[in-house]
Amino acid sequence: MATPPQPLEVEPVLTPDDATPDPMIRARGLRKSYGDVRALDGLDLDVPRGTVLGLLGPNGAGKTTCVRILATLLVPDEGTVDVAGIDVIARPDAVRARMGLSGQYAAVDEYLTGFENLVMVGRLYGFDRRRARARAKELLERFSLADAGDRPARTYSGGMRRRLDLAGALVAEPDVLVLDEPTTGLDPRSRNQMWAVIRELVAGGATLLLTTQYLEEADLLADQIVVIDRGRAIAKGTADDLKRQIGGERVEVVVADPSALEAVREVLEQVTGGEVVVDGETRTLTAPAVAGPQTLMEVLRRLDTEAIVLDDVGLRRPTLDDVFLELTGHGAEDTVADETNQDGS
Amino acid sequence: MSSVQRVVVDGSIIATRNLIKLKRVPEVLVFVLISPIMFVLLFAYVFGGAIDPGAGISYREFLIGGIFAQTVVFGATFTGAGLAEDMQKGIIDRFRSLPMSRSAVLVGRTGSDVVYNLLSIVIMSGTGLLVGWRITSNVPDALAAYALLLLFAYAFSWIMAYVGLMVPSVEVINNASFVVIFPLTFVSNAFVPVESFPTALRHFVEWNPVSSVTQAVRELFGNVNPAAPVPDVWSLQNPVLYTLIWIAVILVVFVPLSVRRFKATSR
Ligand SMILES: Nc1ncnc2c1ncn2[C@@H]1O[C@H](COP(=O)(O)OP(=O)(O)OP(=O)(O)O)[C@@H](O)[C@H]1O
Ligand SMILES: [Mg+2]
Repeated sequence: MATPPQPLEVEPVLTPDDATPDPMIRARGLRKSYGDVRALDGLDLDVPRGTVLGLLGPNGAGKTTCVRILATLLVPDEGTVDVAGIDVIARPDAVRARMGLSGQYAAVDEYLTGFENLVMVGRLYGFDRRRARARAKELLERFSLADAGDRPARTYSGGMRRRLDLAGALVAEPDVLVLDEPTTGLDPRSRNQMWAVIRELVAGGATLLLTTQYLEEADLLADQIVVIDRGRAIAKGTADDLKRQIGGERVEVVVADPSALEAVREVLEQVTGGEVVVDGETRTLTAPAVAGPQTLMEVLRRLDTEAIVLDDVGLRRPTLDDVFLELTGHGAEDTVADETNQDGS
Repeated sequence: MSSVQRVVVDGSIIATRNLIKLKRVPEVLVFVLISPIMFVLLFAYVFGGAIDPGAGISYREFLIGGIFAQTVVFGATFTGAGLAEDMQKGIIDRFRSLPMSRSAVLVGRTGSDVVYNLLSIVIMSGTGLLVGWRITSNVPDALAAYALLLLFAYAFSWIMAYVGLMVPSVEVINNASFVVIFPLTFVSNAFVPVESFPTALRHFVEWNPVSSVTQAVRELFGNVNPAAPVPDVWSLQNPVLYTLIWIAVILVVFVPLSVRRFKATSR
């Protein structure tokens, strides 16, 4: 296996030793292995109070492992974690009292109604009956679950379950929240609702760590992004930093006839002056759109004069895959392939 | 709140949650509660004619005490299965992320299963009365018999709770527990008198706690002939005390063992 690349420190630099003002979550050198699989391989994280950190990575990158360590569900093999200055490993209960977790799979009781689920959580936080009920009602309203509140959770749709789970994380109004892929599996409408809720929480002063596989989502919600691959941070910075790093928007051209690939590649190279990525299998070429729509128009004019037939053409935002290609030289999906190779020993 | 209070409060919250599930899915109960009825009918009418309990009492009178003991031992499987299921469900992550007592899930599970055992004992008593079993002692003794059965059931729940935490899935639990439960209940005086076992097995039967709890409830319900001799071993001469010792030992061993196991799997 090639040595993993060193983290590309994009401005503003977040090195482990610098004094992050008022860190709410601080992790140093986290390592965790499952047998031969190294899920986390020396991860450092800093989340200043009142900010949102997006942990961006493909399947198997180690996001859930990291979240479970922060939320006291898992003890790392090595490394330290503080939440609000409290050592997570030494004093898990003190951390549990201040942190809300919404894991990758909704942690709700199927047989209990939405209301009963939230009342139970409130009671387990030490609320008396009346306070637990009042809080449950309030949260059901807020997450548009009031009408479904008296139905067992197993009758809920995926999006409703997800919202109920997040409501469970908010029962004790924690000032730190950890959300593991909060929008995966949601339809666009539910996703928008979830984004709105998250923004509201941030506006209310909460500190958030959320994981996602979508650059777009990290861009929308996070102040800082840490890209992880195979348990290591491969880039840190703001969404803009990352985009600058990978060249922002890209022109994507799909040719009808594979024999035209070379001609188009030349056109793209000349117009953009950047590196052109060619995928012969899907007859797709991409290049950085240095001047946005102007680049696209110029490319179209040139292709038109050369009478090249296209299946598709457009501008698209960079995806996690582009980030990976740029930062590691391999696509995001390669990590998964690697992971299966590591299995079974 | 002190940590003991916390265990009790959190445990009862979890127990309430388990009981809500029983209420929502009563089908779970049906088969488990039918099995003791089946055993009564099977032994009373199929094997009954072939077994002579001796000592001047009818087989049905002799049988019910044994079925009581067998029912609560079998019923403990319910605890193991419930816990094994819990451990696979997403909700367990919620519990682990809350600042609640770490033993509440176990205390709640074994606690709610007392209700289940109570139900099965009521059904058993009804079935027994139908086939001709009678309590011939007095009310305090009968209540003591029921209390002893419930305590024994509670202790056994903790054994099966531990098993439930060890198995990888719910399906395994029935097989795993029957390996323990079948010999314990059948190599005892629950269905046949001690005297009918060959000498090699006799010692096991005599010191088997299922035998002592059976002997104890037979005596407390007045289902023994006072003139007939009880086997001359301390365990069966003092069945209540011997059973209580077993209950204490089981709890002292399996409560901490299960709690430790739960904590280990949760972190
Ligand atoms: N309980 C486990 N036993 C064995 N291997 C595990 C276990 N949990 C995680 N892993 C492995 O650790 C690595 C990181 O897993 P993790 O779940 O943290 O990734 P992830 O970034 O959350 O992925 P996804 O996007 O699919 O949720 C993977 O290779 C995974 O196979
Ligand atoms: Mg994950």
